[in-house]
Amino acid sequence: MTELIDKGVWVEIHTIVLHPGERAPQIPEDTAKIPLEMRVKGFLIEPARLGDQAQIVTAAGRRLRGRLDAINPAYRHGFGAPIPELSTIGQELRALLAQQDADDA
Amino acid sequence: MHSYQAVMDQRNDIMRQSVGIDYRKYATGVLAFDYQRLMDDTGYRIDRVREVQGRTAVGNTPLVELKNLTRLARRLAKPGYGARLFVKDEAANPSGSFKDRRASLSVFEAKRRGYPGVIAATSGNYGAAIASQAAKAGLRCIIVQEAFDSRGVAQPEIAEKTRACEAYGAEVMRLSVGPELFYQFLRLLKETGYFNASLYTPYSIQGIETLGFELAEQILDRERVHPDAVVVTHAGGGNLTGTARGLIEAGAGDTEIIAASVDLTGLHMASDHDFNRKSFTTGHTGFSLPFTTWPDRADVPRNAARALRYMDRFVTVTQGEVFYITQALAELEGLERGPAGNTSLAAAFVIAQQLTEDRIVVVQETEYTGAGKHPLAQLNLAKRMGVAISRGDPKTSKPGQSIVIPESPEQLAVADIDLMRVRRSYLQHALQSLEKQHTLTETDYMFLAAETRLDITQVKEICDEYIGQAR
Repeated sequence: MTELIDKGVWVEIHTIVLHPGERAPQIPEDTAKIPLEMRVKGFLIEPARLGDQAQIVTAAGRRLRGRLDAINPAYRHGFGAPIPELSTIGQELRALLAQQDADDA
Repeated sequence: MHSYQAVMDQRNDIMRQSVGIDYRKYATGVLAFDYQRLMDDTGYRIDRVREVQGRTAVGNTPLVELKNLTRLARRLAKPGYGARLFVKDEAANPSGSFKDRRASLSVFEAKRRGYPGVIAATSGNYGAAIASQAAKAGLRCIIVQEAFDSRGVAQPEIAEKTRACEAYGAEVMRLSVGPELFYQFLRLLKETGYFNASLYTPYSIQGIETLGFELAEQILDRERVHPDAVVVTHAGGGNLTGTARGLIEAGAGDTEIIAASVDLTGLHMASDHDFNRKSFTTGHTGFSLPFTTWPDRADVPRNAARALRYMDRFVTVTQGEVFYITQALAELEGLERGPAGNTSLAAAFVIAQQLTEDRIVVVQETEYTGAGKHPLAQLNLAKRMGVAISRGDPKTSKPGQSIVIPESPEQLAVADIDLMRVRRSYLQHALQSLEKQHTLTETDYMFLAAETRLDITQVKEICDEYIGQAR
């Protein structure tokens, strides 16, 4: 049993918008087999637990209901590790330009 | 009823209420409509647009000469060749891209007409731009994104946009892969009564006209000439259309307009599997080709972005070439800018080598970079998805399977798309959109000629050929 999250906490909810079979007729097979999912963040209106159906008020002031999926969800994207295939391009090009300068002189 | 079809059937009514334009009044034939009148009826002229944009510090961005990249291009070109390269640094706009120009006029119009908020369906820079302008105007804002695949994996570029939009106080509706983004968008417009800040309204396109106008002014001021070529990263067509119209307005109608897209051939835009195997969420052939050959596939009844009317040349580059030039721009010019905007730079670097030293080539925009919108983030996701990253000949790359980063700058190349084939495809789409009982009038043929820049006889011949095939 997860703990009860207070109202007013910034959370994310998840809902299924369209189930397989309800989706647009023109989509490719791999997409047609899976549901169209939606995730929206907002402030929790009433206390709820993770996994419960919960109601939020969004930044635009809309009330939405869905499965409570995350509390104060983090931004997890980042730069990641350096890419070796990019890291020597600068020195290669500077060497070419230095050669150009030497040729011009 | 919220079924997919039920909502799509209400499309026209919802659109009419949400854009504040009755598109029906511009129809002049079965297919034809008065494009110029649609643009003129907004009531905005270039000076007024500049004044509106000036209120939120949009525009007047620096024009930067890329002296080191020019030297490099000259080293690779035959003697006497290697045009001067300039870039318009649009990252200097409030939310970090030229999209602020588009957003500023849409949001201004929404406010003027008394809408309580704005909605846009966009996973790219435009969302941040709309959110930023809406924040300034005190309007509510909802951005709808196609953001993650069925495993919940997000594109880093889109995740960065989610963060930026939320920073500006917008609600971000994140959806999994699929064109039903549009269905959700319609439902939201109906529910909220907000303004449809579509990328494809006349306001959005007029907002970009200042980019072309400024660019011509700045080059004329510095060099006493108009640019010989302007290279534009081409996706939905708005960037190209607005820039070209602005150049014409400034008297630079002879400047060659070159569209550049990343070649993503083979990746299906609506495929859940392919979604995270493309490292470019915008500026690629998955958008640029369909929108060039049929602009009215947009989220408004008539798209004000009509790229084929203004395009002199259309080239593609590979993903690896764009990452290469992005690194070169950072290390040789001290400008760390996002790769999507550098699509046109990769092409311009090659095109400069095809022109003499006295010529001027302008890359008309850059975009900000940062976590998620950086080559490192995008290539790390590619690796995670099993896409092979290597140095080598970029021509050997296969979208979704490999990204080949050039070993040396002479490996950068452009592939020309046959514009005649694009024009024929446009005409085929136009004919397919016709209902059976309709026949084309002379006005329609004139419209199609203007759309494709073909003469009317050619248009009739091609149409006859397709109609003959249909029978």
